[in-house]
Amino acid sequence: MLENLQLLFVWAPIINIQIILEGIFVGAVFALSAYGLALVWGVMNIKNLAQGDFVIAGGYMALALHYYDVPLLIIMLIVILVMFIYGWLIYVTMIRRIIDQDMFVSLLATFGLSLLMQQVMNLIFGPEVQTVDMEMPVYDFFDNMVTVPSSKILSLILAGLLAVAVVLFMKKSRTGQAIRATSQDPRAAKVLGIDTDRVYAFTFALNSALCGAAGVLVSIIWVIQPFYGITYSVRTFAIVTAAGLGNLPAVIGAGFGIGLFEKYTGIIFGTAYEVAAPVLILLIVLVWRQMLLKKNRQVVQ
Amino acid sequence: MIARNDAYIYGALGILGILGPIFFPNYTLSIAYLWMMVLMASTWDTLGGQTGYNSLGNITFFGVGMYISAIVQVSFFYEGGVGEYTSAMGSIKPVFTESQYFIGLGLGILAAGVVSVLMALVFSSFMFGLRGPYFAIGSLGLAIATAEITITINYVGGASGISMPLFPGDIEFRSTFFYILCFVFAVAAHFLLRWLYSTQFGLAINAIRDDEDKAEAMGIPTLKYKRIGWTIAAFFMGCIGAVAGNMAGFIDKEVAYPIPTFGIFMVAMVLLGGKGTLWGPVLGAILFHVIKETTWTYLLNLQWVALGLILIVNIVYFQQGIMGWLQSKYPESFGIAIDASREGANVKSGETI
Repeated sequence: MLENLQLLFVWAPIINIQIILEGIFVGAVFALSAYGLALVWGVMNIKNLAQGDFVIAGGYMALALHYYDVPLLIIMLIVILVMFIYGWLIYVTMIRRIIDQDMFVSLLATFGLSLLMQQVMNLIFGPEVQTVDMEMPVYDFFDNMVTVPSSKILSLILAGLLAVAVVLFMKKSRTGQAIRATSQDPRAAKVLGIDTDRVYAFTFALNSALCGAAGVLVSIIWVIQPFYGITYSVRTFAIVTAAGLGNLPAVIGAGFGIGLFEKYTGIIFGTAYEVAAPVLILLIVLVWRQMLLKKNRQVVQ
Repeated sequence: MIARNDAYIYGALGILGILGPIFFPNYTLSIAYLWMMVLMASTWDTLGGQTGYNSLGNITFFGVGMYISAIVQVSFFYEGGVGEYTSAMGSIKPVFTESQYFIGLGLGILAAGVVSVLMALVFSSFMFGLRGPYFAIGSLGLAIATAEITITINYVGGASGISMPLFPGDIEFRSTFFYILCFVFAVAAHFLLRWLYSTQFGLAINAIRDDEDKAEAMGIPTLKYKRIGWTIAAFFMGCIGAVAGNMAGFIDKEVAYPIPTFGIFMVAMVLLGGKGTLWGPVLGAILFHVIKETTWTYLLNLQWVALGLILIVNIVYFQQGIMGWLQSKYPESFGIAIDASREGANVKSGETI
């Protein structure tokens, strides 16, 4: 551990640039799926534990399409469309029935969905770790100390474009306005003629599409495996609990933060801790928030 | 006092428990797992159903208990120590005499229970400030973090796991022995919880479930009661973890921390049977086990898909569970008075079912 620290800060500080870049690349993906979760959580009070599996499903779709040499942009569009429809179907069959229920019910029902999706993907694509090779040029800097594949830069740009598109959509379009109105007060929205059921369906479908897009990016810059979903779910939960609902800049910031934290723990403590890192940060965030709340707590002695 | 209905159920379960392994010796271990699941569901319900704190992390104590008992059992009689035993990757097979093995096992189970209790006490100092879904997610995080940290410890074998001492005796005696252990623990847990729910403790934790702030305002020391509830669950989970580790014979992360399987099954079983009732978890566990074994046998490769579907259908379409459904269908037989003029006298017995 000490040697790793020395490597980072004494022998080759240039590696820091590489780690920071990696953290930013994966952080963008985390932020994208976390924004989707913040949306469904804030609007319809559903805690989607299958979030990570939506991401992985998008990744596998990209993998299958790439096999037939479909260009990246078309892949993106197809995946977004398919995942949108999939999310709508899931809403109609499952989420609609648990929307008014106890909060724990949504957690458990979506865990069941997560289990189901994992297994179906495992049956179709097999348990191997896979990745999409875009065969794009790799740039080197500082005597090969820092390597930046152009596919990662492309994914960062795509993530940024998607985020901008979603924000504009939420701000400007009628549907976006309806979603925001419903999240503020569903009853009033209903009275004013907004079909809240449709809004919920659309929100969930939008979340699913965002996750799918994040999954396409993951399959390009990282690896996918049927059972990796749960770690993405945990990460998105950590981001959303840290950033709060409906606070997009904070979600993006927390996404990059968790990406960096994870990469640094992986380098300093060894890769074995890389999975534990997001979970630990989730626990730390929860306990820290709770300590902040404790200040407001008054006990009559 | 045991009501007549309960006496029938105890009779039926007792017959299954005692005669099951005698008439179906091939299924002894399967029925042992059934009692293990009954125990898991019942102890989960103490915190989840009765107190309203839905934990997804009770499985932590299961795994910790497994590892603790492994350490105790190996270190107690193998002079080389645990580190040497695990670094040899199972090539060292120390031969224990019968008395050595059973004393080691007993101490291992005890130590597993005690360490789990201590861990629950530590966890509860910072976990119980979380409420609702945050507690569920936080405890799930706890389980994942514990599992990931366990496999980085080389002392207990790291990612490659640790094999348990060999059982001295033939295979039939082995399965009967572990069967009895599981049965005894399940029965002990059931009667302890039954007694606890009938005391002031039961009323207090139900008050916490219904409205924690009001309960606190009424002077109930909520943290203490929540802590006791989790500690009981932790003790039994630790003990049964130790037993399960010895039953499996080899433990690693997948065996010790089955978060996506048993960790979720126990919640699903309680929901299937009915949350917050004494009999719900037992019934749910039995039904779930039967469904699970059937799908395992007849739907090979698709068993996990089937289980995910069952979980979704159960939670989305059948939330109240069997006991809840029975209660709303036949309220009189549960002692719940519908007629307003008769209420009061029977309400308490309805609450504790």
